[in-house]
Amino acid sequence: MSAEQANSTALKPKKVDGPLKRSIKDFYKKLAKNKSALVGGYLIIFLFIVAIVGPFLTTQDPDFIDYGVKFEGPSAEHWLGTDHHGRDMFTRIIHGLGITMSIGIIATIIGGIAGVITGLISGYYGGKLDAVIMRLIDILLAFPGILLALALISILGASLQNVMIAISIFAIPTFARIVRGSTLSVKNLEYIDAMKALGASDFRIICKHILPNILSPIIVQASLFIASAVLSASGLSFLGLGVQPPSPELGALLSDGRDFMWDAGHIALYPGLAIMLIVLAFNIFGDGLRDALDPKINK
Amino acid sequence: MFQFIVRRLIQLIPVLLGVTILVFSLMHLSPGNPAHIIAGENAPASTVEQIENRLGLNDPIITQYFRFVKDAALLDFGNSWRTSLPVSSELWPKFWVTFELSIYSTIFSIFLGLFAGIISAVRQYSFADISIMLVALFGLSMPNFWLGLMLMQWFSIQLGWLPPTGWGTPQQIILPVITLGTMGAAVIARMTRSSMLDVISQDYIRTARAKGLKEKVVIYRHALKNALIPVVTVVGLQFGSLLAGSVLTESVFAINGMGKLIVDRILARDFPVVQASVLIIAVVFVFVNLIVDISYKFLNKRIKLD
Repeated sequence: MSAEQANSTALKPKKVDGPLKRSIKDFYKKLAKNKSALVGGYLIIFLFIVAIVGPFLTTQDPDFIDYGVKFEGPSAEHWLGTDHHGRDMFTRIIHGLGITMSIGIIATIIGGIAGVITGLISGYYGGKLDAVIMRLIDILLAFPGILLALALISILGASLQNVMIAISIFAIPTFARIVRGSTLSVKNLEYIDAMKALGASDFRIICKHILPNILSPIIVQASLFIASAVLSASGLSFLGLGVQPPSPELGALLSDGRDFMWDAGHIALYPGLAIMLIVLAFNIFGDGLRDALDPKINK
Repeated sequence: MFQFIVRRLIQLIPVLLGVTILVFSLMHLSPGNPAHIIAGENAPASTVEQIENRLGLNDPIITQYFRFVKDAALLDFGNSWRTSLPVSSELWPKFWVTFELSIYSTIFSIFLGLFAGIISAVRQYSFADISIMLVALFGLSMPNFWLGLMLMQWFSIQLGWLPPTGWGTPQQIILPVITLGTMGAAVIARMTRSSMLDVISQDYIRTARAKGLKEKVVIYRHALKNALIPVVTVVGLQFGSLLAGSVLTESVFAINGMGKLIVDRILARDFPVVQASVLIIAVVFVFVNLIVDISYKFLNKRIKLD
């Protein structure tokens, strides 16, 4: 660092972090303190690396058919054996990992954003608008679990895209409720009144002063929702209502495994383990984060 | 109490209306003319028109909606597009299979979950606690259709102890119930543990111990009763997801229930059956939640009625 630079930083008044930056810093500090959040975080990073880099490193083609080696168990050449078309299971699972994870993550991001906006509007403005939105959310919540996704797939048809749409709609009520609750607890605090007195617009207050302060519950919810989105997405593919074969999506792989249970048990074993690993990673991360951010436990 | 129930029932009306509107729209948003699907691809225009008139497909949409609600209230869901049989006659036997499966699985998950959760809480941070919570985490993260396949592989294919498919005999019930109930058991165990720990740290429990009561009495008579309150809510929600989750379990074990029916008929584009099944599950779920709310109120006298 040159003398000039050092001078200029010394002369500048100490910069105070904005609410967003403070909230992110706070978040890291708490995250580092919780071991299970860290373990989950590392596991997620590991899965990301495998899903992104893995397909370039596998030496075999996931769709390469060789009936000479069908139903073979694990061996040096085929680490996790081969399926009914003689395709290499290890390669297929590595490729499928990315597909399954991206459905879960993209659906959660789309549905999460829609849910967060709905929840913010409902919580901030309150009144009749809030009542109407909450009734609509109640209606969506009347369809338990995978049912809403099934109903939507029945209209839209089965495909990767439609599974994402169905799951993101299924995400909206969950996020909206949590965000609404958090918004309500924040919006009557003094600093929000101060902003209003200063003449800040609603949009500015919501985006710059409410949202950063309710980010933690949203991130916890996102992590836990990705876990259930991955379960739902692979479940739909397993039923033949999601991603269609020959795509190596993990649920579709499991569906092959069911058809050839009597011939080769390993076809069903490994894709399921891969799904479980993804779900486990996001569940551990979400759980740990929730504990880390819970003021009751921090005391 | 009576007032509370009446008020909750009135609150259900908009939700039920919304659910029927959503389910009704399913058929109308779906691509293709129902009359064409029923008549078959190469049917003459006159046949299609006849079917349109018979089903009232040319009536205003509002009229069609009210007819749908009126018929649904009388449990008449029209005829299947595929088998031409009345939907309700196809549906009810299958509904009871799914209902049975869900009830057994709920009972399984309550017993296993409560037992595990109480042990975990009473011996916090012990080896038993840590192992139970670890198993619960896995139970929560496992795709239940995969668990079903693995159970089938071990107990049916390799050991030959239990039949791999079907529903009805006690042997046939075991595997599907474990498959469907495991995730619920994990959720209930975690909930019971944290709720128990909350209660145990409260003053009145210390008082009970200070009085010199036996630990068993303190745990089962004083702590458990209050610790169960949040668990009841979870059980209600679980029952709903079990009803819907049975879709996967039924598909694994080839059980002829409503879940399998929904999947088969989605693939066959038989909307009246899908519509009726989705509507029935949603309505049952809404009422289960009402019962949960009421029992919640009943269990916890501190909750204000409004």
